[in-house]
Amino acid sequence: MNERDEQGRKRARYSPWILLGPGMLFLFLFFFFPLYTLGRMSLSYRPSRFANPKFGWEWDNFSHAFSQYGSQFTRSFVYAALATLLALIIAYPLAYVIAFRGGRFRNILLGLVVVPFFTNFLIRTLAWKTILGDQGTVVGFLRDVGILGPTGTLLRTPLAVIGGLTYNFLPFMVLPIYVALEKIDPRLIDAARDLYSNTWRAFRKVIVPLSMPGVFAGSLLVFIPAAGDFVNAYYLGNAQTSMIGNVVQDQFLVQTNYPVAAALSFVFMAIVMVIVVIYAWILGTEDIA
Amino acid sequence: MSASSGTVTSTGGRIGRRLVDLAAGLGLVYLFLPIFVIVAFSFNKPIGRFNAVWQEFTLDNWLDPFKDKALVDALKLSLEVAAIATVIATVLGTFVALALVRYRFRGGQAVNFLLVLPLTAPEIVLGASLLTLFLEPHLVLINHNFALGFTTIVLAHIMFCVSYVALTVKARLRGFDWTLEDAAMDLGAPPTRTFMRITLPLITPGILAAALLSFALSIDDFIITYFVSGPSTTTFPIRIFGQSRTATPPQINVLASMILFGSIIVLAVGTLFGQRRERRLNQAT
Repeated sequence: MNERDEQGRKRARYSPWILLGPGMLFLFLFFFFPLYTLGRMSLSYRPSRFANPKFGWEWDNFSHAFSQYGSQFTRSFVYAALATLLALIIAYPLAYVIAFRGGRFRNILLGLVVVPFFTNFLIRTLAWKTILGDQGTVVGFLRDVGILGPTGTLLRTPLAVIGGLTYNFLPFMVLPIYVALEKIDPRLIDAARDLYSNTWRAFRKVIVPLSMPGVFAGSLLVFIPAAGDFVNAYYLGNAQTSMIGNVVQDQFLVQTNYPVAAALSFVFMAIVMVIVVIYAWILGTEDIA
Repeated sequence: MSASSGTVTSTGGRIGRRLVDLAAGLGLVYLFLPIFVIVAFSFNKPIGRFNAVWQEFTLDNWLDPFKDKALVDALKLSLEVAAIATVIATVLGTFVALALVRYRFRGGQAVNFLLVLPLTAPEIVLGASLLTLFLEPHLVLINHNFALGFTTIVLAHIMFCVSYVALTVKARLRGFDWTLEDAAMDLGAPPTRTFMRITLPLITPGILAAALLSFALSIDDFIITYFVSGPSTTTFPIRIFGQSRTATPPQINVLASMILFGSIIVLAVGTLFGQRRERRLNQAT
């Protein structure tokens, strides 16, 4: 009975399921089962505008979702991809410095990365609205310098939305890259330097490949929530920058057109899944799993 | 932490090094810019209903932080939701983690995979799918038409916290020496005593970390909550979102700053406590 494997785990058939039961049942009821009800809703129709939707293999919802909201779909994924790229550019040096030069200040520096996110997501985005506002210092300066025209603005532009997305999900990029970098043995870098002689090449040939699992995880953790977000587009953008999240939110909660809203969510989830799989396939994920 | 000392002295190229440091520094400035604005604007005396343009310094907002009754009620509701969701999610998630770490069984890998799925699903899909669940009056499984409100918010929060708890506790428990339990049993301790004296103290820090994470996630959640909250139940983020169309009182900034400073203190105390504990454990072994 006390037999244990090399990780100290007991072999058992039934007892783990007693422990797993409640948690997994909960996840089944409130995660997997709702995906089924969402799918069912996406194939329902409304007998009249205010009647409850009825199930009926209504595939039109999907063609409607595609034909009406193609531009919002495209915009969501383009914005999310750009935000992910920007987050990577900002996060990598930060994670690098914390991991390799942090010394005994490492934990404090890591804390500094997380602390801004103790304020609410909405309040942070509202703060960006203030910073980028037409009467703010940033716009004033850019107008004076001539980068923006005399009536140029930052708010209500794609740039502001992408910047907001980048900001709000940045720690999800920093932390996984830090974890990957922190695992690298510094002697490996010394050895690479001895062999390649050039710091830049040592960085490219040793550090970058070894940090790829972190980059992979971080990119997904930024891309997925960014693509589905509607708060940044709502506060920092305008009608021309609305993303698929804005449409889903509006269709569900304002128009209460549940079938079409459900179809939109379903299509969105499917596209996200396809992108994740392609991305994993390109980067090669043997060492990530 | 790893075996490395954390400092690479030989990463040469002095200019390159300075540039990387500069980039990292700018990254930190970017992270803190809005935080600075939030705290600064808690001392602003706005003209009109929106606290968006700097006017003049005042302490009034801090002297009357609970002026906006509805906002305070919303914050209280958020704390209540977070407390309940955290307790339930922590219990459920810890059990799942214990099963995965302590037992080797058929289906363990599948459970691991299923746990990660909710974390990779976009929040908007989670919110939307829960809404369709709660809307459907004739469900096979739950024959109950949920009125959107407190209960549905708590259920949703437990759902997205369970996976986080399970994975956090699991990560913290990996590498623990479970044979200590066998040793206690061999020495004649009954199972309950073994659990209370050996297992529980070993797993407590991991559980606490997971509970704190759940609490933070729950109190901050907007998107999922927005879908399942219904018209009359207002959490702190929902209140801010609804109100931001018509007004942003500076008390929002005051409360946000209070939460910020409170969290920093909790984090600092937790880190110090954890370090001391680690040192004690290291001395003991």
